[in-house]
Amino acid sequence: MSVGVIILVVLVLAALGYVFGRQRAMAVSQQSGIKLHSLPSYYGQMVGLFAAVPALLALVLWLLIQPVVIERSVTAMIPDSAIPEGGALSLVMSDVRRIAGGLDAVLAKGGVGEAEVDRIAANPSDLRARLAEVGVPLVGDVPVAVFEAARAYRSMTQTGSILMAATVIAIAAVLAGLVYRRIEPHMRARNVSESFIKLLLIASSLVAILTTVGIILSLVFETISFFKIYPAQDFFFSTVWNPQFRGGSDLGILPLLWGTFYVSFIALLVAVPIGLMIAIYLSEYAGKSLRSFAKPAIEMLAGIPTIVYGLFALVTIGPFLRDYLAQPLGLGSSSSSVLTAGLVMGIMIIPFVSSLSDDIINAVPQALRDGSYGLGATQSETIRKVVMPAALPGIVGAILLAASRAIGETMIVVLGAGAAAKLDLNPFEAMTTVTVKIVSQLTGDTEFASPETLVAFALGLTLFTFTLALNVLALYIVRKYREQYE
Amino acid sequence: MTDMTVSSNAPMAPAQAKSLLTLDDRTRRRNAAERRFRMMGLVGVTIGIVALVFLLGSILSNGLSSFQQTYVRLDVFLDPARLDKAGTRDPAEIAKVTTFGYAPLIEKALADSMAAKGVQGEGISVKAAAELISKEAPADLRRYVLADPSAIGTTVTFDLLANGRIDGYYKGRVTMDSAQLDRNVSPQQLMLADRLKSAGILTTHFNWAFFTAPDSSDTRPESAGLGVAILGSAYMMIIVLVLSLPLGVATSIYLEEFAPQNRWTDLIEVNIANLAAVPSVVFGILGLAAFINFAGLPQSAPVVGGLVLTLMTLPTIIIATRAAFKSVPPSIRDAALGVGASKMQAIFHHVLPLAMPGILTGTIIGLARALGETAPLLLIGMVAFVRDYPAGPPEGFFDPASALPVQVYNWTQRGDPAFIERASGAIIVLLVFLILMNLSAIILRRRYERRW
Amino acid sequence: MMNNISTTMNTTTTTKAAAMIDSKISARNVQVFYGEKHAIRDVNIEIRPRSVTAFIGPSGCGKSTFLRCINRMNDTIDSCRVEGNILIDNENIYDPKVDPVQLRAKVGMVFQKPNPFPKSIYENVAYGPRIHGLARKKSDLDDIVASALQKAGLWNEVKDRLQESGTGLSGGQQQRLCIARAVAVSPEIILMDEPCSALDPIATAKVEELIHELRTNFTIVIVTHSMQQAARVSQRTAMFHLGLLVEENDTDKMFTNPDDQRTQDYIMGRFG
Repeated sequence: MSVGVIILVVLVLAALGYVFGRQRAMAVSQQSGIKLHSLPSYYGQMVGLFAAVPALLALVLWLLIQPVVIERSVTAMIPDSAIPEGGALSLVMSDVRRIAGGLDAVLAKGGVGEAEVDRIAANPSDLRARLAEVGVPLVGDVPVAVFEAARAYRSMTQTGSILMAATVIAIAAVLAGLVYRRIEPHMRARNVSESFIKLLLIASSLVAILTTVGIILSLVFETISFFKIYPAQDFFFSTVWNPQFRGGSDLGILPLLWGTFYVSFIALLVAVPIGLMIAIYLSEYAGKSLRSFAKPAIEMLAGIPTIVYGLFALVTIGPFLRDYLAQPLGLGSSSSSVLTAGLVMGIMIIPFVSSLSDDIINAVPQALRDGSYGLGATQSETIRKVVMPAALPGIVGAILLAASRAIGETMIVVLGAGAAAKLDLNPFEAMTTVTVKIVSQLTGDTEFASPETLVAFALGLTLFTFTLALNVLALYIVRKYREQYE
Repeated sequence: MTDMTVSSNAPMAPAQAKSLLTLDDRTRRRNAAERRFRMMGLVGVTIGIVALVFLLGSILSNGLSSFQQTYVRLDVFLDPARLDKAGTRDPAEIAKVTTFGYAPLIEKALADSMAAKGVQGEGISVKAAAELISKEAPADLRRYVLADPSAIGTTVTFDLLANGRIDGYYKGRVTMDSAQLDRNVSPQQLMLADRLKSAGILTTHFNWAFFTAPDSSDTRPESAGLGVAILGSAYMMIIVLVLSLPLGVATSIYLEEFAPQNRWTDLIEVNIANLAAVPSVVFGILGLAAFINFAGLPQSAPVVGGLVLTLMTLPTIIIATRAAFKSVPPSIRDAALGVGASKMQAIFHHVLPLAMPGILTGTIIGLARALGETAPLLLIGMVAFVRDYPAGPPEGFFDPASALPVQVYNWTQRGDPAFIERASGAIIVLLVFLILMNLSAIILRRRYERRW
Repeated sequence: MMNNISTTMNTTTTTKAAAMIDSKISARNVQVFYGEKHAIRDVNIEIRPRSVTAFIGPSGCGKSTFLRCINRMNDTIDSCRVEGNILIDNENIYDPKVDPVQLRAKVGMVFQKPNPFPKSIYENVAYGPRIHGLARKKSDLDDIVASALQKAGLWNEVKDRLQESGTGLSGGQQQRLCIARAVAVSPEIILMDEPCSALDPIATAKVEELIHELRTNFTIVIVTHSMQQAARVSQRTAMFHLGLLVEENDTDKMFTNPDDQRTQDYIMGRFG
């Protein structure tokens, strides 16, 4: 029984529960002549909720736990001898899964019963051909232990899903039945179902927390396993980044951090002055018509996906800078460079600086401006000497948020900055960033358990820590600032 | 004024006996500074708008040509002697003929067509002339025959894709000079293409296949399309919508209407604000570690992409939804409570419907952001080369697929510059979707905007 | 308090005699529009130098709007349009040649709510002199600040904490700081828009005392919603109603025997 069918059954049970619960409530009330505490539909709702929610929760839990349990016991079946020289258990396990899936496909294709598996087991040399027929290519011979593990995997998965279906449907039916039988006129059905819904609301608000916890756990665990095979001090303090396919890589984060900060710095150098000028002009000078056109136009820059900026850097800005600046000046011949990525990223974060600063400048009370005008200050004097100093904390917060955006930006640097890890000052050189390397290390063909792949998690954790610190600081500053003028 | 001291008892006014009608030097200087400052602001706004125009212009100028494609119109005789030697019209037998069996048919059709229209080969062999036609063309022919075996033995008019270089020649990407250095095309072939064009054999028309065809291999940019990517993106958007809207609304209802003001809710709020600013690539790592490695979901599948994008979009939707709830005046809640509704009833019967336009606007904007997101999808394997359309939902959610922005990235990594045109074209498609979504959000807001 | 009023009355006659000769401000047929709304209708008034003139009237009558015309603060509101002439020292301030910036150096303003800048006390006062270039040296500036704070009666309270934030002062101190800020530019006219409406009675008394002292050096125009205050601080009073100047008269006469019935009704508390 597939998961979809189980969910459908549970939902049908819940719907039936609603209908019958409602009917029973009305019937009970009529019989006893006692007025119902709540509307009849609340009795139905209550039965339906008890039928659906716990059962579906159980289903999700089961789906998460079953593979782990099966994996454990199947792994135990594989002797060390079945693991090829230089290979890893995880590779053998993926073979096991593929063979199991292949066997399923063979049975489904041939329309034959379970006995076929025994026949294949009796004739292992046949296995490769049979699996290839259903599109599961195998490399080399399959050790008997592995095949047996695959059979066990299959049968355990099958029993598991039968058990799961039975358990989930039983939970739904039993809970619905229990609640249904307890229906009587005095029962506070509305309160029960409302408390239930409130619990659901609380549970949904936990998703946000769980996301953060998930991010931290996934980063920390893999980072720990990275540091087990690669020394932490080399990662943090080495100035060489040079991953090798055959091991012996140098994985120092410093050149990546340098690239990240260099690109972000240029981006901020572009975005902060322009963004601030835009914010000032639009909030203090621009007439209604210009504002109603320019503000959405500039905010459109924030709505454009970063891949578009990436392509813009790759196709337009990069070659332009190379042909008209770098080569004539003899500073480099690469179209992807720190300057390319920085400029384009700067354009991207202009609206982050400008709209946040615009809000913040607008929050400065008009009374302060009036006070300054009343003393005979010009508008620019008022802005520079009264409005901006008053808005400064908020603007610093906005810039920090923009910086966090720049540090975490991926696609622009992937397409615009280059892939060479370098510690260099020349902005026309291609350099690389933390995010670029996260992408390249996780999309490559390297084995998952190797340091070359796991380093991406350590990079991710570093990135997350930096941006988290910037965000929390920025949010704190902006919050404090808002309170000041509320 | 400098003679003024603390002890001076004299009135402070006198030095300004000058007239208001004449500007003094200092005021003139200050006004000049004022104008300069104002100019700077205007320059900033101009830079912003020029950047936008330049960005869009660059993408449009690079990409618009991908909506046109060069085709070679040929009457191809589907020769039974080659396609169905047994003459049984048995589909299984016909399927055994590979694309190599179809290529000669095209060669012959081209030669016949040139002869009929009087186009001179001028020393170009038939084989070299046939190189003007895409390597994808025999496969198209084969698909046509397999779908309709009864066509064997008839002559059918096909618009066959021209080779990417020939297509590029008419889009200005390939020139006689560049062809000189190109292994894949020669100036003689380009000249032949010109003759074919004036003979009406070579035509250019709208490229529907760009929206429906799957991705193609490195050597056949002319046949690359967005079909799988659009489908994959659509699947992910369905998942994001179905998951993030209820979750976001439920979270907002709890935080806005029920949650007590304490450290715990404060933590949730700070957490949501912070999640909205976490780099998207980190969500990709989460997806890889949690959904693929831990939960065992398949790589490259829209379901994983949808889940990751849901988690990313959720904060945006929650923030928008809470603002929508805040904008419903408390008097509405009081009115409902006043006639004896429970708090839950007041919210679900009155507040939620009134906040709905705001919630939907926020959701659409969140979806638009998710649609353009690339980095996290790279990490969960959606960058893989996928040529097969995913099945219909819900099974299709678990099939490998691509996504629009990832397809763009994918194409930028190919060697042939024709793929840059395709990538820009894909971005135009993506931007059109985004503009449609944002427009619907704006219309929704205008239509249901309420002033309390 | 009683003391205040008696001195006010004593000096009235002398200033009146002086004012007969010239008027510091004279408004001729002033009209103000906010978009479609006609806020001020055809106001004519002469305001005498070195005296306090109070504008009274029910809220929304246009008294603050008219006050803001005198230093062209209404220029900062986009939808606002002013017609007619206002002459200061016989020069029309609505002449296109007049720069409002230069005008506002001559006509200072104190607002309804104290609005010190979020800077130190010293910087608050030094702001005006700085932008107008009134001091060449730091010591000059120090002198101007000290003198302005003395004139505003705030010196003794703040002289030891000039570097502390102006927003940390009490409401009354903040308002006197704003007066010091205006005085530091050495204007000839100071406009006050309900300067005491946000203050408690004790702070109000201090500000009123201050206004009384400032009168010797400045022409003061004050908008107030409190008739008692108008009676206490001003020599001349102008009554506005529905955008019209109803009556302008000596304060004593205004509160004892007004010419206009509407003034009478307002003073008696029949509307407003």
